[in-house]
Amino acid sequence: MDNHNSVSGENRWRDLDKLLVRPGNIVGPNFEPGPQLRDDLQAYAKVLVVGAGGLGCELLKDLALSGFRNLEVIDMDRIEVSNLNRQFLFRLQDVGKPKAEVAAMRVMERVSGVNIVPHFCRIEDKNIEFYGDFNIIALGLDSIEARSYINSVACSFLEYDSDDKPCEETIKPMVDGGTEGFKGHARVILPGITPCFECTIWLFPPQVKFPLCTLAETPRTAAHCIEYAHLIKWNEVHGGKSFDADDPEHMQWVYSEALKRAELFGISGVTYSLTQGVVKNIIPAIASTNAIISAACALEALKIATGFSKSLSNYLTYNGAEGLHTKVTEFWKDNDCLVCGPGVLIEVDSTTSLQKFIDLLREHPTLPISKPSMVHRGKNLYMQAPPILEEMTRSNLQLPLFDLMGRIPKDVIHVTGTVTLNDRKTSALRKLRIVFKGNVDGVADMDMAGGA
Amino acid sequence: MIRLFKVKEKQREAAENANGRAPVKKQSAGELRLHKDISELNLPKSTTISFPNGKDDLMNFEVSIRPDEGYYLGGTFLFTFQVSPIYPHEAPKVKCKTKVYHPNIDLEGNVCLNILREDWKPVLNINTIIYGLHHLFTQPNHEDPLNHDAAAVLRDNPKMFEVNVRRAMAGGYVGQTYFPRCM
Ligand SMILES: [Zn+2]
Repeated sequence: MDNHNSVSGENRWRDLDKLLVRPGNIVGPNFEPGPQLRDDLQAYAKVLVVGAGGLGCELLKDLALSGFRNLEVIDMDRIEVSNLNRQFLFRLQDVGKPKAEVAAMRVMERVSGVNIVPHFCRIEDKNIEFYGDFNIIALGLDSIEARSYINSVACSFLEYDSDDKPCEETIKPMVDGGTEGFKGHARVILPGITPCFECTIWLFPPQVKFPLCTLAETPRTAAHCIEYAHLIKWNEVHGGKSFDADDPEHMQWVYSEALKRAELFGISGVTYSLTQGVVKNIIPAIASTNAIISAACALEALKIATGFSKSLSNYLTYNGAEGLHTKVTEFWKDNDCLVCGPGVLIEVDSTTSLQKFIDLLREHPTLPISKPSMVHRGKNLYMQAPPILEEMTRSNLQLPLFDLMGRIPKDVIHVTGTVTLNDRKTSALRKLRIVFKGNVDGVADMDMAGGA
Repeated sequence: MIRLFKVKEKQREAAENANGRAPVKKQSAGELRLHKDISELNLPKSTTISFPNGKDDLMNFEVSIRPDEGYYLGGTFLFTFQVSPIYPHEAPKVKCKTKVYHPNIDLEGNVCLNILREDWKPVLNINTIIYGLHHLFTQPNHEDPLNHDAAAVLRDNPKMFEVNVRRAMAGGYVGQTYFPRCM
């Protein structure tokens, strides 16, 4: 970063203007080139960066230098010494401070005009309105859980019209980066248009889990010794105390136990960093991979916002282990996806009881589903089994569905039940978009029959 | 999409003082799949399930197994299940809360059942696991030992193994280890 010239000087936006001011051929829909576009990008585009680690640091810097001015970043971690080799916004004196806060401060110091609001907390601590405020969400994460969570949040804004077409103004675009050593991916998720994270969760290989009896009886590798100390020995010695992978003392204990075990079985290769790697399931991060993947993500964010070029469609993989290999694959969305799919639109009278609704489902023309169990926003409305849950939810059958769903005029429920396809009975889990008719407080206009 | 962003910004300003949406509990794909598993449970005879946190937390539950044949006939064994939000990408964490003299379950409650770890597949479900656990009691095996001593006795002296199991289930010592009654 050349501080006195490119980042704040006269010709600062020369390169960006080449993209935004000139017309082009392979542009996105509604691309309107001109200086106004750059001004609008700076004034209106609001991007959330999730994660301020290896990818997050790069993303913040790239987005700031690409003309975005309204950024926020969320991360629950504090800076560790081992981060410093690649999380280039952090210095030795920052160790122990929140990553989000330091990253935001450093980028603001270097790139004039950009405003970055840090959030030092868990992604689950923010309510849905917080996420609703952003135009684009950029993910720089290393866990499937966190991706899955943000994905479900972003998809929850999506509404469909009565023809099951996604309403454009409700689409919350995401760009997702991920790296493992010399490999990485960058993808664009436009919920309702391109596959969401759950549509393609199979892209993530399952974590390797060693059989416990191998760990206990016949360890053969350093990783076996580490997992023995972590999964078996820890409980044996510490009883009820649960293991905390972020506590250096706990990690040190596992390391020394693993070392003892390795000695006993004549196995070599147990180190502290391998212990961390195995226990936290981390693969060493490579700075250049993070830089390449983040650059691809930042570029996609800029494309989504301005339309200067068509979006990546829709999944880029990069492998720099031997030479360089990169490829773009177009994955298809799963129309039956419970998270991003439209589900089945059903209109119900607001006085309908749950029992009556169950009867309606059995007779429904496109969705005959019998013996349904139903859940709404984490609340089980009715369960067919096991008997204990059936008993606990049975009294709901006589209550109006509208009341059970918190008197929300339109919302989503999920139903498990039996469907008959070509005379064969199969079990199915379906998403239903319920729209209430009749006396629904405060909502006169039912034309927007949608529901997230 | 910048035009949409502009429109949204205006809407947001307009709605600033209006009521926001009620806070929404996000349901993970894992919770939904688990909802399906639980609502379709078909438990083996004399096996029961309970939900300590009430009907709306299915992610943490307990299963009590009463084997109907074999060495462990008459005993009751309690297992806790912890299901992750990315279930079924990841297997549930299962622990045995009842201290048991068993070759495939250690004294800390770790369970050696292949489908809980190396052979877990997303097509499997909670029912499969419960049947797998049930099977551990009707067919304990000495080839995947977690409790080394119990496995050796089962292999070398099944009669003695049976005596030890009975003693442990009735509440008593096997070697240096005390087992609370679980019958
Ligand atoms: Zn999806």
